Amino acid sequence: MEKRVIFRGWWLPALLIAPQVFISAVFFFYPAGQAVWQSLFIPDPFGLSSQYVGLANFEFLLSDKFYRASFVTTAVFSILVTLCSMIPALFLAVMADRLIKGSGVYRTLLIWPYAVAPAIAGVLWLFMFNTRVGVVSWYLGQLGYDWNHVLNGGEAMGLVVVASAWGRISYNFLFFFAALQAVPRSVIEAAAIDGARFWRRFWTIVLPLLSPTTFFLLVVNIVYSFFETFGVIHTITSGGPQQSTTVLVYKVFSDGFVGQDLGSSSAQSVILLFVVGLLTIVQFKFVEKRVHY
Amino acid sequence: MKKSLIGALAASTLLSPVAAMAQTEVQFWHAFTGRLGELVAAQVEEFNASQSDYVVVQSHKGNYSETLNAGIAAFRAGEQPHILMVFEVGTASMMAAGGAVRPVHEVMAESGATFDSDAYIGAVKGYYTSTDGDMLSLPFNSSTPVLWVNRDAMAAAGVDPDTDLSTWQNVGATLDALKAGGEECPLVTAWQSWIHLENFSAYHDVPFASQDNGFAGLDTELMLNGEAQVAHLTAMGEWARDGKFIYTGRRNEGGANFRSGECALFTESSAGYAGISSEAEFDFDVRPLPYWEGVGNAPQNTIIGGASLWVMEGHEADEYKGAGEFLSFLSSSDVQAAWHQNTGYLPITSEAGEATRAAGFYEANPGTDVAVIQMTMNEPTSNSKGLRLGSFDQIRGIIDEELEGIWSGDKTAQEAMDSAKERGDALLRRFEMANR
Repeated sequence: MEKRVIFRGWWLPALLIAPQVFISAVFFFYPAGQAVWQSLFIPDPFGLSSQYVGLANFEFLLSDKFYRASFVTTAVFSILVTLCSMIPALFLAVMADRLIKGSGVYRTLLIWPYAVAPAIAGVLWLFMFNTRVGVVSWYLGQLGYDWNHVLNGGEAMGLVVVASAWGRISYNFLFFFAALQAVPRSVIEAAAIDGARFWRRFWTIVLPLLSPTTFFLLVVNIVYSFFETFGVIHTITSGGPQQSTTVLVYKVFSDGFVGQDLGSSSAQSVILLFVVGLLTIVQFKFVEKRVHY
Repeated sequence: MKKSLIGALAASTLLSPVAAMAQTEVQFWHAFTGRLGELVAAQVEEFNASQSDYVVVQSHKGNYSETLNAGIAAFRAGEQPHILMVFEVGTASMMAAGGAVRPVHEVMAESGATFDSDAYIGAVKGYYTSTDGDMLSLPFNSSTPVLWVNRDAMAAAGVDPDTDLSTWQNVGATLDALKAGGEECPLVTAWQSWIHLENFSAYHDVPFASQDNGFAGLDTELMLNGEAQVAHLTAMGEWARDGKFIYTGRRNEGGANFRSGECALFTESSAGYAGISSEAEFDFDVRPLPYWEGVGNAPQNTIIGGASLWVMEGHEADEYKGAGEFLSFLSSSDVQAAWHQNTGYLPITSEAGEATRAAGFYEANPGTDVAVIQMTMNEPTSNSKGLRLGSFDQIRGIIDEELEGIWSGDKTAQEAMDSAKERGDALLRRFEMANR
């Protein structure tokens, strides 16, 4: 039953894919190629001279035990951000979906945080958890818990995870909510008539039907946590205390834009590119098999 | 506020091209906002009004790191300003960029503006001069760390506010007394690496790095794991463990704790004066930075933090003449004295310091001369001239991480500093390679 459109000649298909190819070339292949090229040099910041060093930038990085440790930090951070942004989003979407009246208001309110820029979200959370004037840290103090993310690595990690995940909950909510609306009512009603309670219907019918959306969000959120979280980390912890929140992308940013070490920064982006590429392939190969379209 | 901003924008975008037809335009990029930004704008305005050949256009480009980045990016695009403000940490990078900057002594000689490099305070000038004694950039805002004392908090804990705090030995005893007297935050600091390692080393006349702290060559190695530094950090680590030293963060977060009256002692830049004097609702003192009695040649002299002005390459001769005139105006005694009194930054010329003293400013504002005295008390040695290390912004980041290891009790001071040396040296080797 599959429909195929057969184009005669090559110019029409070429024309149709040209805009996408053009955009990919300008915004992806060209900069990625530049990064690969620059990763072979140690340039001075002003671009006055450049030493060809072959793979020495990679050697320098991979022999650094702090850089290797930041792979583990990144894995922990990404898993936590993905879970903390997807599970609450799904929960909120299911709850909002059950509403008959006023769901529009909830929806709007739940989408708002997405409009907050990452750096501002970072400052916001930093204020709430400020060890001296923070509202939350004050309450924790009342409960006898001494909050100090300035020296406690675990607490610092928790804080950057929450700050990074918070805005994403809105984004994920939007997708989950739309997907829930698309679940056929008739299937749900049939199950209800058969006596299945809400949570049973959710686990056996709704969740499997949401799997394409869940998979899409999983990929997108992992990519987000790998690439777009340096603003939050920069404002909250600058990678500290010690190296407990130095994830790979933050190191790319700080070595390149604070340290002016463009060679190392480029090499790190190349490594990051490979890691995320690999991860995406793994996701499509193994996780996608469990997705029902 | 908004109106004046729009006005300023309109003025700078609409009026300056018109003016530029008759006058030579000089671009000046800096990192100051708020009160400091207003003061810089006022200086520029005064210069523009004082003559009719040149017009200086000042623009704010973000914080220190962002301003340096903007300058570098602009240079790569061929759009660099004439004058760029660079913080002291970026000095080595600028000095290594021979083709991108024009040394200030050359600019001054070519422009024929009044310039006497001996007029500048030695400890300030030393940071920005080559080993041959030529001034490469113009010192602009310089400060040095001092000890701030909350006299009310001392009294509340039953400690005599006039206790001698000139040595760390005495400070240690005072911290014990403060803690015993119920003070929750006896000591707090800002800029830990700058104060407790970089200035500590200079003040005790022990090397921070080999090759005269990097002044004599790029093949320098960190020496911050020396006996004196480790002993100091060990003591600080013990104070941190006992709750006598409270760690608040890598930058100047501790300032908020001190200004609110929460903490008794605070090691911070002399330029903290503006903020503390306007916010503190308690009686405070400025004291010289403490030193360890009997360690090194303490007290030698402390070194500076802050920024200097660099002249960038690639402009026309008459524009350099304008830049020279402007820099000469900035160093003039009246401008400097006003700057020093308004901001708490050091006067960069001895003459400006004298003028301030003669005007009775120090008597009216006790403690404002502590920093000047502390910096100029001795002729700087090779250990106390300053630091000139490549990638130093990143190295400070490494030092911050390792210090956090000490404060949290995860590492001994020796382990932390050995690790800082190893990691920092790797970056220094990269910098050496990049600038070969």
